[in-house]
Amino acid sequence: MANKELDAAAEHFGINRTAWRLSILILFLFLALLGSFLSLTKGSSVITMEQIVEILLHPGSDPQSQIIWNIRMPRTIVGALVGINLSLSGAILQAIMRNPLADPHIIGISSGAGLAGVVIMILFPALEYLITPVAFVGAMLAAVCIYILAWKNGIKPVRIILAGVAVSAFLSAGISGLMIFYSDRVHGALMWMVGGLAARSWPHVNIILPYAAIGLVLALGSAAYLNILQLGDEMARGLGINVEVTRIVMTAIAALLAASAVSVVGLLGFVGLVVPHAARLLIGSDYRFLLPAAALLGIAIVTFSDTFARVIFAPIELPVGIIMAFLGAPFFLFLLRREI
Amino acid sequence: MTAILSAHGIDVGINKKIIVHNLSLDIPEGKITAIIGPNGCGKSTTLKAVSRIWPLEKGSITFKGKDIRSFSHREFAQCMAILTQSPQAPTDLTVQDLVEMGRFPHRGFLGRGDKDDAKHVEWALEQTNMADMRHRLLHTLSGGERQRAWIAMALAQRPQVLLLDEPTTYLDICHQLEVMQLLVKLNRELGLTVVMVIHELNHAIQYADYVAVIKAGRLVTCGEPKEILTSKLLAEVFKVQADEFACSNGLRALVPVDLCK
Repeated sequence: MANKELDAAAEHFGINRTAWRLSILILFLFLALLGSFLSLTKGSSVITMEQIVEILLHPGSDPQSQIIWNIRMPRTIVGALVGINLSLSGAILQAIMRNPLADPHIIGISSGAGLAGVVIMILFPALEYLITPVAFVGAMLAAVCIYILAWKNGIKPVRIILAGVAVSAFLSAGISGLMIFYSDRVHGALMWMVGGLAARSWPHVNIILPYAAIGLVLALGSAAYLNILQLGDEMARGLGINVEVTRIVMTAIAALLAASAVSVVGLLGFVGLVVPHAARLLIGSDYRFLLPAAALLGIAIVTFSDTFARVIFAPIELPVGIIMAFLGAPFFLFLLRREI
Repeated sequence: MTAILSAHGIDVGINKKIIVHNLSLDIPEGKITAIIGPNGCGKSTTLKAVSRIWPLEKGSITFKGKDIRSFSHREFAQCMAILTQSPQAPTDLTVQDLVEMGRFPHRGFLGRGDKDDAKHVEWALEQTNMADMRHRLLHTLSGGERQRAWIAMALAQRPQVLLLDEPTTYLDICHQLEVMQLLVKLNRELGLTVVMVIHELNHAIQYADYVAVIKAGRLVTCGEPKEILTSKLLAEVFKVQADEFACSNGLRALVPVDLCK
């Protein structure tokens, strides 16, 4: 009798958990859509909601239509894709490194892209149109470099993290050095270091979209592997996972996701670390739910923050990275305190 | 005896340091085998070599006559399950979540199971008496319950061999016996071959059919526990002086009384 009751109560709890996870997903989806839509509505020229809906349904050639389709729309899409890429990258890295502080930064993405970007902006300002591909190459080179340095009979998470810290410190010294020697040209570089969506348009969408699409599919497909890896290397091996190969492949996916994002918008540090955690606190650590949740929350956070960054001191526009850290960090601390 | 697993002159090491030297051992099919020996003698290392967690430097290990290196990771995990000493798990994992992970080697690329998948999970929960606790969070369970949950996960793999690294460490006496008796039940009822590294010699005498004694990376002896686990062996392998007593069930009990002078 007692067992039956317990079972019934437990069953009840089980249903609740799935319902909870689904409602969180729906909530995040709603936030992502809302954030994206708000980002279309706000800007220096005032366009009303009705006009926007009209323009979206019947694109015309009037100036307002141009603003929506060629300025705001691509910017919103870039923001959403960047949110997806950085969040997924962080979520993947946190699983394979089994470290809560893992984010695209630790595999050298930020410092690699940062140094490459700063070199272009400060030393070769004439080549600024090349900044995206160069930053991408820089990010991937730094990641590969850390990987090679950390390799010793396979990859141990701790060695990657420590090699990442060392390489990042080395590259950051280069960034600081350049900024001090050429302090007259620092402004653009500073904007790049903080990360922003200003003047991002369709070409940027085209750069980031394939990585986002492929990365999303691969990440969602590997959710079961990421779940098993959370049990530790030895248990994962016992369950039939080739841990070394899985870790290399997943790190490569995370690196591509983050590098494509960072090369387009600069060093948005905050999203990759905090969004996966915030999603995890609300939805749990089952990656089949966590990955889509992190992707949706990433869209919401980046698009909301960018809208905010545009309107708060209008007509001056703040880089979205500043807003994100300013609003996101306290919110994250709130979640953290509540949970513990 | 038929050997399900055989090690043929294996050397196993970490970072060039050889820990297990030229070890040959046959694990009998359908029996409970205990591996015992002093700390650092290489018993866990041997278990990890058998489960392919650590590679061999020399020699080979066969499962039913086939080199274990010829299996794919997935095939191997369908034959053999291992429970390491202190496995980790996310704090929001329920017993059922964990047991479902045991189905991983049987599932397809995207983690989809076939129609019998749920049945195997159910079966594993029932075998370990965890069905009533399926929705409990793993970290809210007592040590003994948690160990049963991990065994359920291993059972969901539907292995022919279950390898356990010190399954009773950190458990109180009652839970130790509970785990041991569960292993005996699984062995007798399902014909599951069990190989466990344990420290408690009296458990080896009471519950194991076969015992392998390892010291300094080398096999000292192997055979039936009641024949080889004597006070003389304890003095030789552990440098401990032990008295022998007869238990009510007729088996011997070893009680260490002093270090060997």
